[in-house]
Amino acid sequence: MVANKLRRRLPDGEWAITIVDQDPEHHYQPGYLLIPFGVYDPSTVVKPRKRFLPRGVNTVLGEIDLVEPEMNRVRMADGTTLDYDELVIATGVIPRPDQTPGMEGPEWRQSVFDFYTLDGARALADKLKDWDGGRLVVHISEMPIKCPVAPLEFVFLADSFFEERGIRDRVEMTYVTPLDGAFTKPVASKRLGAMLEERRINLESDFYIESIDNEKKALVSFDEREVPFDLLVTVPVNMGADFIGRSGLGNELNCVPVDDGTFQSTAWDNIFALGDAADIPTSKAGSVAHFAIELFTENFVQHINGDEMTHIFDGHANCFVESGDGKAMLIDFNYDTQPLPGKYPVPRLGPMSLMKETRLNHYGKLMFKWIYWNALLPGRRLPMPVLMSMAGKEVVEE
Amino acid sequence: MSLATIADQEVHVDEEGFLTEYDEWNEELARQLAANIGIELDDRHMEAIRFLRDDFESEGETATLRRVTTLSGIPTKVLFQLFPKKPAKKMAYIAGLPKPTGCV
Repeated sequence: MVANKLRRRLPDGEWAITIVDQDPEHHYQPGYLLIPFGVYDPSTVVKPRKRFLPRGVNTVLGEIDLVEPEMNRVRMADGTTLDYDELVIATGVIPRPDQTPGMEGPEWRQSVFDFYTLDGARALADKLKDWDGGRLVVHISEMPIKCPVAPLEFVFLADSFFEERGIRDRVEMTYVTPLDGAFTKPVASKRLGAMLEERRINLESDFYIESIDNEKKALVSFDEREVPFDLLVTVPVNMGADFIGRSGLGNELNCVPVDDGTFQSTAWDNIFALGDAADIPTSKAGSVAHFAIELFTENFVQHINGDEMTHIFDGHANCFVESGDGKAMLIDFNYDTQPLPGKYPVPRLGPMSLMKETRLNHYGKLMFKWIYWNALLPGRRLPMPVLMSMAGKEVVEE
Repeated sequence: MSLATIADQEVHVDEEGFLTEYDEWNEELARQLAANIGIELDDRHMEAIRFLRDDFESEGETATLRRVTTLSGIPTKVLFQLFPKKPAKKMAYIAGLPKPTGCV
């Protein structure tokens, strides 16, 4: 998206744009969630990256070893180097099962699964196909994680999946989280907590994982609680790319500390971090990155002209939450305003409903895949406001 | 935000009782805040609390559990023993800092 937007804005002769990527394929990551339940076929969420890059952009396929900010240079794993005037880091976060003792033990991909990778989602689809019940535990290792609503969506979808197969009464479901409730923000946490209860899904909160006991098949917390499982679907610790840590550009999770409004590195004026790779205090969600990039493009042009950056990001996030049974809910929030009920994007008319489960929201979510491939990645502007608006939202008591 | 009297000192707190002014904190206050949640402060507690205070001063936000463990070297297990059940929240409360947002 950045390359597509900037190539249009920066004169060819003055600015050369180079993209470094280690993967020739681009994955539609929101699609992973629907693979375990057989809704999406894995082949529909992967496309060659080349297709989405504009003309006039160089592509380097390979792994980055280090960024040397004092030299304005990127060092590749194969020893070659790339010099830069301005550097944009958008390497996201990656699930790291190796960070929790026992996660990659003998039960990994036997009874312990993840769904934030294509391989994991595919393996889980195979497992669920003929699983006939028992204790299903869905677990978040540590916050922040990308798409923080996805684990909740997973349990909602699992509930309807088992219901449809007629084995729901043979499945005991537990949702295990390090948070003190179903979600982070009070109003949404209450609503989502009630949705868990309605579906007879147990909630184990404030659970900070120490290890997975493969023999007992149980999660073990630092305060010595144990949650036994027959099937565990876990979200491993999410960390930024290792090269960020090696380059001294990251915090304890290898995310780059940046200004919340402009994404400029707090340490280096000519380094920006966008999307999940940054440490901004909002959800690590695709929508955040999309909104942020609109503003970043304007800011970047000001920045290279030596002007002050005036397009300040508000932390806007907008997420569809699949709730099972062909319905979904929509939430819209930012740094300061938590998700609230109401209508979106047009006040009173919608057509989407905020914080309410509707069929239309579900179709919105399914449609988004098309929008993603055909409008977002090519850098076309969507007809939605970039900054969050209070219009159409109802203020409610917590 | 409202005013509260803790350890004979008048301080600003939010609706959950977290101090809202960084500079209104001192160790005597910390001892009383800890007592409020059933913790008797000793040197090991204070090491974590001081780390949190210093880190907040330079970073402008309350450290997450992982950050405390990584940078101060105090193992997570020990933090759970010192501040049972909800160490991140309890440490912030005693250190007179905002509740860690950590994650959204």
